[in-house]
Amino acid sequence: MALSTPASGTSLDVGEIVAAAPSAVTSSLWRDAWRRLLRNKLAVVGGVTVVLLCLVAIFADVLAPQSYAKANFGSIYQFPSREFPLGTDQLGRDVLSRMIYGARVSMLVGLGSQVIVVLLGVPLGALAGYIGGRTDILITRFIDVMYAFPRLLFVILIMSMLGAGLINIFIALGLTGWVGIARQTRAQVLALKEKEFVEGARALGARGWRVLTRHVLPSALTPIVVSITFGIPEAIFTEAALSFIGVGINPPTPSWGQMVGENQQFLRSYWYLCVFPSIAIAVTMLSFTFFGDGVRDALDPKMK
Amino acid sequence: MLQFTLQRLLWLIPTLLAMALVTFIVMHATPGSPLDPVAEGANPLSPESQKNLAEAYGLDKPLWKQFAIFVSKAVHGDFGQSFVYKTRTVTEILVSAFPVSLLLGSMALVLAVAGGVTLGVLAAVYQNRSWDYASVTVATLGVSVPNFVLAVFLIILFSFVLPIFPTGGWGEPRQWVLPAITLALGPMGIIARFTRSSMVEVIRSDYIRTARAKGLAERPVILKHVLKNACIPVVTLLGPLFAAVGTGSFFVEAIFRVPGMGRFFVESMTGRDYPMIMAVILLYGAFLALMNLVVDLLYGFIDPRIRY
Repeated sequence: MALSTPASGTSLDVGEIVAAAPSAVTSSLWRDAWRRLLRNKLAVVGGVTVVLLCLVAIFADVLAPQSYAKANFGSIYQFPSREFPLGTDQLGRDVLSRMIYGARVSMLVGLGSQVIVVLLGVPLGALAGYIGGRTDILITRFIDVMYAFPRLLFVILIMSMLGAGLINIFIALGLTGWVGIARQTRAQVLALKEKEFVEGARALGARGWRVLTRHVLPSALTPIVVSITFGIPEAIFTEAALSFIGVGINPPTPSWGQMVGENQQFLRSYWYLCVFPSIAIAVTMLSFTFFGDGVRDALDPKMK
Repeated sequence: MLQFTLQRLLWLIPTLLAMALVTFIVMHATPGSPLDPVAEGANPLSPESQKNLAEAYGLDKPLWKQFAIFVSKAVHGDFGQSFVYKTRTVTEILVSAFPVSLLLGSMALVLAVAGGVTLGVLAAVYQNRSWDYASVTVATLGVSVPNFVLAVFLIILFSFVLPIFPTGGWGEPRQWVLPAITLALGPMGIIARFTRSSMVEVIRSDYIRTARAKGLAERPVILKHVLKNACIPVVTLLGPLFAAVGTGSFFVEAIFRVPGMGRFFVESMTGRDYPMIMAVILLYGAFLALMNLVVDLLYGFIDPRIRY
């Protein structure tokens, strides 16, 4: 039965059977997706903004006109001026410089947390789906319990127990974030392992590990990539939210959420202290959302 | 259906136990203790008073025993005395704070469903025209911008530029408006996006073409035939939305000075108020699980194809 379908990998019909022949088609799947992505204007705008933000984060040391930490009591609560384009805060620190360094925190959290999430979630989800049996039940039960927790609640719990700090944010986001991607990977692997091309690979003598890593996982990649592109802004949001309530990034390291949280009581008198970081958060989140939507539509045009 | 409900309710017990256990482990496995405050400027306690306090609160017992005592008392609704608000029991605090959060959350949810479905329907009916773009813009803003950022902009707009609503407080209904809108915008965006795509799918289906072919006017086609079926997938969203509203309310409550659960939640965690943390997490967990059950039952009720 399995042998009557076109053998995987050798198929010449490239366009239509994306799901059936993983290894040979992937390169053109990605090229097609890239072309579709470039046609989506909002996604391009979002992507360009994301790249710019990354550049700001990388070159923060060069770009920031002043130190982010040094207090200057001669110039506290300055209204935006030529010297301080976005004003100064309660310690006389330049808001623009602090925001530039804040980009570094946001990008680091967004990308770094997803690395941890993928490293934990994909293997666990793949193992649960592929091995099945008791391993599956154990991992799935654990995922279910983690799902019962409101995610943000659990992150706040871990952060207040561990204390504020970048490393702890990675731990908290990694510990809570992997369940979503694990669940998705498991579902994909579960569906794919019954497909004919996997059966074909096995019939040709491929062992379990090789089948999983060379045949099943590459086909499950699309939803994983989509979930990463949405995981990044979610992590950035979580960091901003944590820092807003004071359990995120340790001062004096600046974070946009922290700047909004510290200054929201003074909104009437010093609106600029709150508004500029708020705009930064909003723009970042919107860019990632546009870009993520674009990636999803490009990878899976049917979903639109 | 009755069996399904009972089964789900029974599942609630091990789930809540597991949540309690995980929370308990996280609290005790991390460095620091309520007897030894890490807060800056806090006075260190002498070893004797630490010992006395530990005895008074039962913190000197072995951990498994502490957990067992907690569970046996919690079953009777007794979560003990708060460590931070020493004169009040946890139950007292929650009884006074939870209704406030519940009122805010319900208002936000009603607003989110009404607004989101309206936006979604408009977007689907006027596909790729200005109504569509307007509603998609609102939806995207609501979905992607954190609510405390939205709050900043809403306060500036409706309290400073146009002084219509107060910046905070929770005395009179006028003070409810901004927090409820802020909290509603995120879920509203999610519902609008979902309703739109679900409507678009249904509009193209054969039975809608039939309805039009038999000469039915556009309004009943949309409101009676399309909307009813398009609403089914939207109902599934309600479960996660309860969670979003529940946790989102911490931030909204903090900005608008609403005396709900939000304040106690963060304070209890940073203050290592063990009894309070356990109670808050379990209350949220139980509430969300129950809401999910209600949503599942509702789903079966709305869509007769589903049987339990």
